Amino acid sequence: MVVAERKPIKEILAMMAEYKKILLVGCKGCVTVCCAGGTKEVGILASALRIAKKKEGKEFEVIERTLERQCDPEYIEQVASIVENDGIEAILSMACSVGPQYLAKRFNVPVYPALNTTFIGGALEHGVWAEFCQACGNCVIHHFGGICPVSRCSKSLFNGPCGGSAGGKCEINPEVDCAWHLIYERMKALGKLDDMAKVFPIKDWSTSRDGGPRKVVREDMKL
Amino acid sequence: MDADRKQPEEPKVLAFCCMYCAYAAADMAGSMRLTYPPNVEIILVPCTGRVEIHHILEALENGADGVCVAGCEEGSCHFSVGNLKAKKRVAYVKTLLEELGIDPDRVEMFHISASQGPLFAKVASEMTENIRRLGILKWNKQRG
Repeated sequence: MVVAERKPIKEILAMMAEYKKILLVGCKGCVTVCCAGGTKEVGILASALRIAKKKEGKEFEVIERTLERQCDPEYIEQVASIVENDGIEAILSMACSVGPQYLAKRFNVPVYPALNTTFIGGALEHGVWAEFCQACGNCVIHHFGGICPVSRCSKSLFNGPCGGSAGGKCEINPEVDCAWHLIYERMKALGKLDDMAKVFPIKDWSTSRDGGPRKVVREDMKL
Repeated sequence: MDADRKQPEEPKVLAFCCMYCAYAAADMAGSMRLTYPPNVEIILVPCTGRVEIHHILEALENGADGVCVAGCEEGSCHFSVGNLKAKKRVAYVKTLLEELGIDPDRVEMFHISASQGPLFAKVASEMTENIRRLGILKWNKQRG
C-alpha cells in the first residue's frame, strides 16, 4: 500500500488560515489501512481543526466525507455537488498525494494535502509500517530471495553488502536490518547460496522515472 | 444583592467509565455516601477500549473542559487490552492537544477497580480541581 502520515497540525492550520468553510476528504484505500486518512482520521482532524479555530475565536465549518478512493475520477465526482453548491472555499485531502491532485484537476477551488505521502510499504506490526518498494518499474526480487535490494538496502546495492553491515544491521541505524544480511540468510535457507556468487549486471533504471512521469496503458481495458 | 450575584461558572468534566470497573466504583461511591463534585458527568461505556480519539476531542469541542477515561486496572480488563488501548489513545490526544496549544492535562486516564469507590471520588475531585485551575475553555464559556 501507499503509506502516508498526517502533516503537523500547525502546518495544516497555516494552510487553512483564510478559510471559513472547507471540505475535508478522506480515502478508504491505502491511507485507511495505514491509519492516516480514513473516516476515523478525518473525524479526528476535523475536530482538531474546529478546536483550533474556536480557540482563535474564528468561525469554521468542516464538511467531512470519505471516498472509496481518490485516485479514480468517478469517486471524486461524488463530492461535486457539495463543492459546487455548498460554498466550499477550500478542499483538504487526506489521501496520498494522488487524491489532492485529482481533486484539484476536477474542482476550481484551492486543494491542500493534509498528509505527507511517505512510501510504498507494508505493516510490520499494528501501528508500524516499513518501506518495501520504490516503484523502480522492473522488479528483481526473485534474484534476491524475495527481498528488494532497491528499497531495503540503504545504498540499493545489487552485489552484496557494503562495509557498513555489522551484526545483521545497517550502519545508518542499528534498528535497520541490513538487506544483504537478510538476503544471505534467505538464500541459505533456500539452499541457493551459490546463486549469490553470480554478479548481477548494472540495473537498467530506464523504467524508474528515467523518462519522466510514467504511464501504464491497457488497451483491452479501455472503453 | 448577594442573591442576584452571578455564580462563577463551573467547569464540566466528562468521565468515560468502563461498566466493569470505574462505573461500578462510581456506583459504590454513591452507595458509600461519598461526595464528589457534580461537575463530573459520567458516560457508561462497555470498555474504555471503545473510547476513540475523536470521542475525546468532540467532548472538548462541544462543552467539556476536561475529559477523563476511567478503566480497569492494568491486567484486569474484561476484554484483555481495552484499557491499554485507551491509555495509548489518551496519550495520543495529549500530543494533539499540545499541538493545538491546549494544556494536555485536560485529558487523563485513570485505572480504578470496581471496589474502589473512595478512589473514584478522590479522582473525580482531583480532576475537577485540576480543570478548575486550568479554567473553562474559551468556547465553552456562557454555554447556558
